[in-house]
Amino acid sequence: MSVGARLRRSIVPYLLSLPAGLWLLVFFLIPLLTIISVSLMVGNPVEGFNLTWNFDVYPDAVSQYATQYGRSFLYGGISTLIALVVMYPVAYWIAFHGGRHKSVLLFLILLPFFVSFVIRILSWQFILADEGIVLGTLKDIGLLGEGVHVLSTPGAVIAGLTYDALPFMALPLYVSLEQIDRAHVDAAADLYANARQRFLRVILPLSAPGVYAGILLVAITNVGDYLSASILGGPNTTMIGNVIQTQYVQNSNYPLASALALMLMTTLLVGMFLYPRTFGTRRLQEYT
Amino acid sequence: MEAATVEASPRPRSPARPPRRRWTRFLLPTYVVVVLLYTMVPIAVMILYGFNQSPTDRLTFAWNGFTLDWYRRLFEISDLTDALLHSLEIAALSTVIAVALGTPAALALARYRFRGRGLGDVVVLADIAAPSVVVGASLLGFFVYLGVPRGFGTILLAHVAFNVAFVVIVVQARVSDLDESLVEAARDLGASPLVAFWKVTLPLIFPGILAASLLAFALSIDDFIITSFVAGQTLTFPLWVYGAVKVGIPPQVFVMGTLIFTIGILFAIAAVIANRRSPA
Repeated sequence: MSVGARLRRSIVPYLLSLPAGLWLLVFFLIPLLTIISVSLMVGNPVEGFNLTWNFDVYPDAVSQYATQYGRSFLYGGISTLIALVVMYPVAYWIAFHGGRHKSVLLFLILLPFFVSFVIRILSWQFILADEGIVLGTLKDIGLLGEGVHVLSTPGAVIAGLTYDALPFMALPLYVSLEQIDRAHVDAAADLYANARQRFLRVILPLSAPGVYAGILLVAITNVGDYLSASILGGPNTTMIGNVIQTQYVQNSNYPLASALALMLMTTLLVGMFLYPRTFGTRRLQEYT
Repeated sequence: MEAATVEASPRPRSPARPPRRRWTRFLLPTYVVVVLLYTMVPIAVMILYGFNQSPTDRLTFAWNGFTLDWYRRLFEISDLTDALLHSLEIAALSTVIAVALGTPAALALARYRFRGRGLGDVVVLADIAAPSVVVGASLLGFFVYLGVPRGFGTILLAHVAFNVAFVVIVVQARVSDLDESLVEAARDLGASPLVAFWKVTLPLIFPGILAASLLAFALSIDDFIITSFVAGQTLTFPLWVYGAVKVGIPPQVFVMGTLIFTIGILFAIAAVIANRRSPA
């Protein structure tokens, strides 16, 4: 290969990835950096904002919205765990016993994706409403007292978050369970492992990457969500996403909202970094 | 099929193990059916309430009887129809742009070793993994900072930004599965790099591009959180529906939801069939 041709060849991948790379640089990376500086500004939307390196915004944001932060991680965590416990057996059964119906079953699990996100949550509002199909019917036949409410409670918000998480959780679980070499399971059986041992000591540890990916995917989405809390919740179920949205879009308090968003991102990043070290794949494999 | 052979293969059972009781065999399948049915409840509610009679033009939580009125009067609310049209336009445009930008990047990341490739992978994954609230907030901060007025254009820019990453991931997976020797064979037979790409690579990765397009379109038409930050006064379908929650939902919303659902499923089935027919 001539020098010219080699040079051309080495330049090709950069040319190919340049347009997408530039787009992500300008509309993803730079905005992330911009809000660091926006968070340190002082001002108002009428007179404009000036960068005054006002670091006080961070302790202020923490003291003002600690409850909403805690609640987001609590709701996000509970909904992630429920989704994991509910979907693991489903993903397991499809991967190991789905037979030729595997793809159809998988398609059925992904069905909620075909309904608009807002409408999915809205449907739950209709299901859980005081006069809706469930509570209304139960009240009509006298099984429930008139004073029973589900909407506006933490339970309703967590139900919405969990429902949204189910297909997201199922996919990585299914992929990792499907990839397990059946010879390992057979080998365990040949060595007189009973069904429980085969599951706990072979299948569960080998599916750990799927568990890890599922938890990560769902937890990030749910901790930052604000639609469930907004449609199914009440004044006492506000999550940090709601605060960021209100402060940014309605109150135009850009510095405070930027600080809140940055802290959310940082907490999640630290969590992503620490989590495999504490409960992650390594621990599960040592367990075997 | 794999599972069936595993089941059928003879294996020595531990002698102490009692024979499996029959009813427990149905426990797990029954559970799977129950979970599947549960996930379909909101879908059923959406379809059902599109047929619910209402004394006013807003839906009530209670069931009042069956009607086809809302299908007949589907486009009667002009704001809602406009919002749906915005959503469709943004979805179509952002899909085309994201595929145009993402496909070459996927080829570069999958087929070349170059300095910066690792960084590229990280940025793409970060774009997918970043919480939507943070992405939306940072884009709004960026647009405010630069004094860019929010509207149709900023929604489109934002949607391309998240769609590009998904296109790269999906197409990259397909390119990695591609047998490089097919392209080399074409080159050996005298095809120029461009002809080899056009006649060999492109047809082979086409199912990946198709899947990426469907995913990008679906993500765009569905996006609520990021759009709610950068939309300004422009309304998309999800934003309009969200705004209507406080004043009452017109039944047309559920009818449109049902139609989007049906069309989406038909497209998905068509894509699966197209994928099966394609070689490799």
